[in-house]
Amino acid sequence: MRTLKFLLHKEFKQIFRNKALLPMLFVVPIMQLLILPLAADYEVKNINITVVDYDHSTYSQKLISKIIASGYFKLANYATGFNVAFDDIENDRADFILEIPQGFERNLIREDEQQLYIAVNAINGVKANLGGTYLNRIIADYNADVRVEWIQMPRFNLFPTIETVSTNWFNPTMNYRFYMVPGILALLVTMIGAYMCALNIVKEKEVGTIEQINVTPIKKYQFILGKLIPFWLIGVVVFSIGLFGIGWLVYGIVPIGNLFLLYAYLSVYLIAVLGLGLLISTYAETQQQAMSIAFFFMMIFILMSGLFTPIDSMPKWACVMTRFSPITYFIEVMRMIVLKGSEFSDVKIHFLIMIGFAISLNGWAIYNYKKTS
Amino acid sequence: MKDVFLNNISKTYHKGMVQAVNDVTFHVSKGELFGLIGPDGAGKTSIFRILTTLLLPDGGTASVNGFDVVKDYEAIRKNVGYMPGKFSLYQDLSVQENLNFFATIFHTSIEENYDLIKDIYIQLEPFKDRRAGKLSGGMKQKLALCCALIHRPTVLFLDEPTTGVDVVSRKEFWDMLKRLKQQGITILVSTPYMDEAMLCERIALIQNGRIMSIDKPKNIIEQFPEDLFAVKSDTMGNLLHDLKNTEIIKSCNAFGAYHHVTFNHDDPEMKEKLIRILEEKKHMNIELKPITPTIEDCFIKLMEN
Repeated sequence: MRTLKFLLHKEFKQIFRNKALLPMLFVVPIMQLLILPLAADYEVKNINITVVDYDHSTYSQKLISKIIASGYFKLANYATGFNVAFDDIENDRADFILEIPQGFERNLIREDEQQLYIAVNAINGVKANLGGTYLNRIIADYNADVRVEWIQMPRFNLFPTIETVSTNWFNPTMNYRFYMVPGILALLVTMIGAYMCALNIVKEKEVGTIEQINVTPIKKYQFILGKLIPFWLIGVVVFSIGLFGIGWLVYGIVPIGNLFLLYAYLSVYLIAVLGLGLLISTYAETQQQAMSIAFFFMMIFILMSGLFTPIDSMPKWACVMTRFSPITYFIEVMRMIVLKGSEFSDVKIHFLIMIGFAISLNGWAIYNYKKTS
Repeated sequence: MKDVFLNNISKTYHKGMVQAVNDVTFHVSKGELFGLIGPDGAGKTSIFRILTTLLLPDGGTASVNGFDVVKDYEAIRKNVGYMPGKFSLYQDLSVQENLNFFATIFHTSIEENYDLIKDIYIQLEPFKDRRAGKLSGGMKQKLALCCALIHRPTVLFLDEPTTGVDVVSRKEFWDMLKRLKQQGITILVSTPYMDEAMLCERIALIQNGRIMSIDKPKNIIEQFPEDLFAVKSDTMGNLLHDLKNTEIIKSCNAFGAYHHVTFNHDDPEMKEKLIRILEEKKHMNIELKPITPTIEDCFIKLMEN
């Protein structure tokens, strides 16, 4: 026990003395939490639209102003012909072309029917998809307005119609940040745990201090605990700063669920992630190798964690893969506890799985650590 | 009493492709200053790593303080001091913090064993708050020695402690080792510098993982079979070439300002004969004198056999 105390003492001294590591540990997560949620916003805004209006009528003007007034679209150009407008798409100045045919107003009134043409730049799939949906909604709305203006609506609908009213539970204003901040926080804690732990141990290998340590009465478990405990504590501190300092104060996200439950899960999760770092350190000989291996795993974990893209929409095999990434579970639990107020019974399975991760990753790492020395 | 035993120790790397240590057997008595002399890649570090329980031997047995290096590694780790060839202390901790750290993990304190490191530590004292990484080469080496000594080890392993250290610091270092020896500490030191061999009590000459000779440096020199001469002339490059092509010469090697030669027959006339041959080959200012062999001469001789 005394030895462990000295090891921890030494470890903290080194961490607080490292001029690169300390800002990495605290400033970077804070900055990322401030910037990333604003950038990683799925609501598509500022879609550039070029309008080709062959009609030049009041109706066409109304339609255009309705589209621009929605806030999603920006009028990039008011083109004289489709070919001119297409140049805009080719030069990336516009994402959409809306073509209003000649006689739009006249035909709409006279024949109660008119067609519009929309050309979409589909290079950015998300933007094209969502933008198209928005535009169709706006036009349908506009259509309804026009009908009200012209037809005396019967007291009862002539045809059965279904109107849907939806309420957004747990995030009533559909604020994207509510969804992103807990996820990004989970990601940051993961990176700190895995990277820092792996790099720190590999550094001892690289500098050769591990040789010197090995010729002392320090036991293997003491050495490993001496590495895991500091980064476990740092992980908890960074998480708290992110949750309260940034999430609560800056974004106004108040965790609804039980904080004790959240921290209990974090504790288990950090052990699993530190185990991953430890495992990487047993395979890597240099910090560069450790960095590359950690980067490889992080990349896959991040993209398959359901942070940016919903897991449900992934292909079947990818869904299976996401189940092997510990981040997936933590992000799920974060969102469940923070936004939904889930209780222990809701995240019981998550707990069990994470304990499994913690045991297997650490077990593998310790087994490997023994074998190599 | 013997402190360190090696019996037929072997170690290979790369699945047996590289034979680093080949059937090495030697022992070191208590309180002895024993030198492992050999060029880079001779297997010195592998032997040290086996003895300090960092490496498992492929074959043979070894013991330190009577403890087996494989079975009783924990007991060995408590009792030996190891100073690796590469500076392996925490560069971001200060001199004092490093020393304190190594003292505490051995459950002792600087004060307790201060008498042992006093001579060395006094020189480090002015820099005690400096980070270890910012020390000069000689200072780093002194600090490493202090850290290896702080728990009063019974056996001290020093792997190439003087490599990359200036001449003055090297001399000081060997003086320190002599003082430590008086404290009764068994010291194993490895070095690629042949001149340092004379400072050890006994040495093992090692090459390609094999021990070529183990004895007192003086005895090894006495065992040098032929008379040795140093030759010099104005054109040293040509001289070496001509000497190699002379029939009466048995061996010839470049040693700084002179070439060291031995003759096929230990005949007093050989000297004049060689000078005559060299004069025929237009060498100017020829100087030929008998010398006592150095360890390096012995090493080369043993290598050639």
